[in-house]
Amino acid sequence: MLDISILIASVLASSPPILFAVLGETITEKAGVINLSLDGSLLLTALVGFVVALHTGSVLLGFCGAMAVGALIAWMIAFVSLTLHQPQVATGFVLTLLSRDLAYVLGIPYAHVPGPQVSHTPIPGLFDLPIVGPILFDQNPVVYLSLLAICLVWVYMDKTRPGLNLQGLGQRPAAAFVRGVNVTVMRYVYTLVGGALVGLGGASFSLMVKPGWARPYGIEGTGWIALAIVIFGGWQPIRAALGAYFFVALQTAASLLQSVMPNIPTQLFSTLPFPLMILTLLLVTLGNAEWTNRVLNYLPESMRRFLIRTLKALKTVPPASLGTIFRKE
Amino acid sequence: MKVELRGISKHFGPIRANDGVTLSIESGTLHGLLGENGAGKSTLMKILSGFLSPDRGEILLDGKPIHLHSPAQSIAVGVGMLHQDPLDFSALRVIDNFLLGSPESWWLDRHRNRNRLIELASQFDFRLNPDALLSDLSIGERQQLEIIRLLGLGVRVLILDEPTTAISSQQKEKLFETLRRLTEQGKTVIFVSHKLEEVRSLCSKVSVMAHGKITGEVPMPLPTEELVQMMFGQAVMVGKRCAVPLGDPVLELENVTVSDWRLEVKSLSLEVRAGEVIGLAGLEGSGQHLVLKSCAGLQRPSVGHIRIATQEMTGRPYRDFTKAGVAYMPAGRLEEGLIAGMTLIEHAALIDENPRFFVDWAFAAKTAAQRIEAYNIKGQPGTLVEELSGGNQQRTLLALLPSQSRLLLMEHPTRGLDMESTEYIWKLLLNRTQQGTAILFISSDLDELLDRSDRILIFFEGKVRMMETCGTNLLQLGESIGGKGFE
Amino acid sequence: MNNWEIHPSLVLRVFAILLALVFSAFILLILGTSPLDAFALILSGAFGSLAKLAYVMTAWAPLLLCSAGLLVTFAAGVWNIGIEGQIIMGAVFATGLLQLLQDSLSPAAILVLAAFAGLMGGALWGILAGALKLYGNVNEIFGGLGLNFIAGSLTVYLVLGPWKRPGIGSTSGTQPFPPSLWLPAFNGFQVSPIEVLLGLVAMSLVALALRGTHFGLKLRAIGKNLRAAFLKGIPLNQYMLLAFGLCGGLAGLAGWVLVVGTSARHNLFPLISSGYGFLAILVVLLTNLSALWSVPISFFFAVISMGSLQLALQRQLDSSLGGVIQGMLVLLVLVAKGFQSRTLSRRER
Repeated sequence: MLDISILIASVLASSPPILFAVLGETITEKAGVINLSLDGSLLLTALVGFVVALHTGSVLLGFCGAMAVGALIAWMIAFVSLTLHQPQVATGFVLTLLSRDLAYVLGIPYAHVPGPQVSHTPIPGLFDLPIVGPILFDQNPVVYLSLLAICLVWVYMDKTRPGLNLQGLGQRPAAAFVRGVNVTVMRYVYTLVGGALVGLGGASFSLMVKPGWARPYGIEGTGWIALAIVIFGGWQPIRAALGAYFFVALQTAASLLQSVMPNIPTQLFSTLPFPLMILTLLLVTLGNAEWTNRVLNYLPESMRRFLIRTLKALKTVPPASLGTIFRKE
Repeated sequence: MKVELRGISKHFGPIRANDGVTLSIESGTLHGLLGENGAGKSTLMKILSGFLSPDRGEILLDGKPIHLHSPAQSIAVGVGMLHQDPLDFSALRVIDNFLLGSPESWWLDRHRNRNRLIELASQFDFRLNPDALLSDLSIGERQQLEIIRLLGLGVRVLILDEPTTAISSQQKEKLFETLRRLTEQGKTVIFVSHKLEEVRSLCSKVSVMAHGKITGEVPMPLPTEELVQMMFGQAVMVGKRCAVPLGDPVLELENVTVSDWRLEVKSLSLEVRAGEVIGLAGLEGSGQHLVLKSCAGLQRPSVGHIRIATQEMTGRPYRDFTKAGVAYMPAGRLEEGLIAGMTLIEHAALIDENPRFFVDWAFAAKTAAQRIEAYNIKGQPGTLVEELSGGNQQRTLLALLPSQSRLLLMEHPTRGLDMESTEYIWKLLLNRTQQGTAILFISSDLDELLDRSDRILIFFEGKVRMMETCGTNLLQLGESIGGKGFE
Repeated sequence: MNNWEIHPSLVLRVFAILLALVFSAFILLILGTSPLDAFALILSGAFGSLAKLAYVMTAWAPLLLCSAGLLVTFAAGVWNIGIEGQIIMGAVFATGLLQLLQDSLSPAAILVLAAFAGLMGGALWGILAGALKLYGNVNEIFGGLGLNFIAGSLTVYLVLGPWKRPGIGSTSGTQPFPPSLWLPAFNGFQVSPIEVLLGLVAMSLVALALRGTHFGLKLRAIGKNLRAAFLKGIPLNQYMLLAFGLCGGLAGLAGWVLVVGTSARHNLFPLISSGYGFLAILVVLLTNLSALWSVPISFFFAVISMGSLQLALQRQLDSSLGGVIQGMLVLLVLVAKGFQSRTLSRRER
């Protein structure tokens, strides 16, 4: 009936947009900066990616263009908050609305216009392996890149010297400063890198997942969820990636459920993954709250211990300096 | 490595934190830097460790002049500082804390560094688990990690800034042993402290600072009296308040134990009566703030009872204390006491004791004007509090205290004020005591403590001693603050 | 503060407005349209006829209500991103009540009750966001967003499920209410004075509350220095929840207006909040939390929003151009503020 490996393969195939965005924002927030413009950014970069690819005929250039625009938006947030000391949330919020509107305005001539897309490239010899084959080796370069990206980001953060510096940077910039990290410069760098990854995500949508442009655009709302997933992921790449996959799985499940229950209208299914994701997030953050500890005290010992362990495993600790301004004292 | 500081001067606005400081520290010695809070020790050490640049003067390391422009560069040159609260990363593991900032190659070699860490630690008999989370370590252990990290980076001059503030006596002994071993290895150690006894027992030579200058440089051992004189000056001050008529008990602490992450004040019992003034003395972080906060209802004691005017208040929230007539004036003027962005009129409106629905701005303006007059504040009712000078902000804090209180709890009430203002403020405070208010205040000004209090509670590492002011002189007070009589 | 310091602020802001217009003109040129033509179209789209002006006024009302509410939450130092969900819940509650009492009472009574229902619905949603933040330790941005999503899904469910139109359930919304349940309008000028009046009254009350009551004073104290406010005995949680509730209530009223207002579609449909909440955040950011300026600026934004609808109808441009102008304005003013405070702090040193 339902081939599980095909299902997983399709989840993987739909996930690059949100995956790249989540990875990018994890890096940015790890450095201590919030890029609230994700939702609008994804839209605008998707459009730019498509338009550039259309005009140059090269999908690769499309991706590059999208990454450049993503980095530009991120640069604006970095500049206004790190150099001009204005609140990050305000700038990010304005930019998310602005980018979205800009995308729709500039996108008119391109609605429903067919354009280039990423081509399906199964890896010879490996794609017909049982189970693993269709999932990992029967995809397109963007999906391969997304898998690679997770590994790269994880390796960077956990196994390299600059990655370790990044971990310290967002947590305690003063201590990182003492250890030779140029806090402001690195924050700029990581914000730009995060923005470029968001651009990659946007282009993945318009050139692969659902090629083309339309109004309203299918990727709306994804950016906001990505922000939530970064929290769910505890600002760690692997866990965040799992969160992204979980969300895409929810979406896939929703559309599957839809075909099984045709009397229930489609729109309900497409909106359902969003609140479900948020509820999951609540569960994760609730472990931090003070009153949960008090409530737990009323429970019998064994249950309490189990709950505490589960909550502790789910518990996430934000980079302490998120959103704050670093001043050398 | 020999360290020389020549003519170092640094000022912050009108305050001269360091005024032509010249100091020479021989290689392989344990040199103490002694002085009160505000004497200029931390500024000097911040300059030496690269955090600040001096306005004038130069630093020489092994005879070569050097310009230190960042903490990381200082470490690279061989000068490292261990802060009171070590600048480390609580969310990371010990091994990662050790690694962060070291000039490793791109790829982290945790395996090799794990061994290095264990080896360095064993040299000093430290027991550190590389895979433990830093947040699970005690402060003493975090210090140990920071020391071997700095040593691992090739530091030859180690500055320790008040290192014994929050560690157990066992860890302290171990620390001292470590420091002695370091000097045997030829490293230079600068021990910054305000604790007389420790400096005496540990250091071979001591420099004393006061008011931004070096007031003395002496080899150890040296009688405490001379050290105290160098720290606090020659003023011969004797306590004056004797035989003051007192009223009913206002505050009772019964066997109170209160603690925070750093230290614990155990089993304190105290009775304060109406009209009494009690000064809380002691070097920063000795427990006075903890006790004052618990009297205000901001810190719950783990053991014991607090009573305000015979009413049981233990464990009740801050608002109940306020309603019971306790007024608390915090130390951080703009952080905790005043609201930046609001004018004096708005602050006056906020303390309206009988607020109706609408703000009576005319009344608030009148109150503001009255208080400005009464407390001699240089400002207009419409001035924003952040535009006032520090001294005037302090006066504003005092002016905003409720007009009638049973108990006034103040942290450094006259900090930043000149002689005249201090005199004036105390006159007003004395009026209150004559109306029955009891006052508990923290101060680091020994003259003020001797002059104004009936009794002084001296804090040292969480232990408390009571002293009657009448007849006590400055030397005795200074010695006690430095730790004498607390064994 | 001497006179010289007021001027740069004004100059910078005028400069920002001009720059925003220039940028928009640039965009239009890229798209191959004459900027002057487009701007003229926007203006005519707003002021061209009495009917069009009515639309602008109708857009103005919810903006006024939401901006007023946001002034309260911003005073307390919180970002109420959940305002969109609060509008939606207000609309849901209002619709629910209207459906319930449709044939029972006099229309005027029903409308008033529906207003209260809307207010309650929005307030409830707001308090929920506040409670999540204060007791659940959930960042207010995510709590708000989450509740927005939930409100959105709830609406879809209602519109396609229990409240669906008889026969064909579609996302165009519920069964529209009969004209008796619309807000009364002038003859020929399709705008109900009630909507705009409500908005203006709300704005005035909020301004009065913030500046003239102890509640407002204490709320502002919380927003400026949480710790000091606590030490002064202000009950933090109570006041913050109240702020969330007030903003939610006003947003809920906006939701009610969006259902029963004269130029409304008179039913509940998904995304009924139409981005008014977020737009109000932009208004309030632009006016730097000034109630006085929020009145004309929200009108200005309503003009742009409604006027740019013409662009879609007549020139095949996307109405989002209005959003571009509005967004650019706020962004540039933020930048201007940043430069201004930088030069000021440089001068102090």
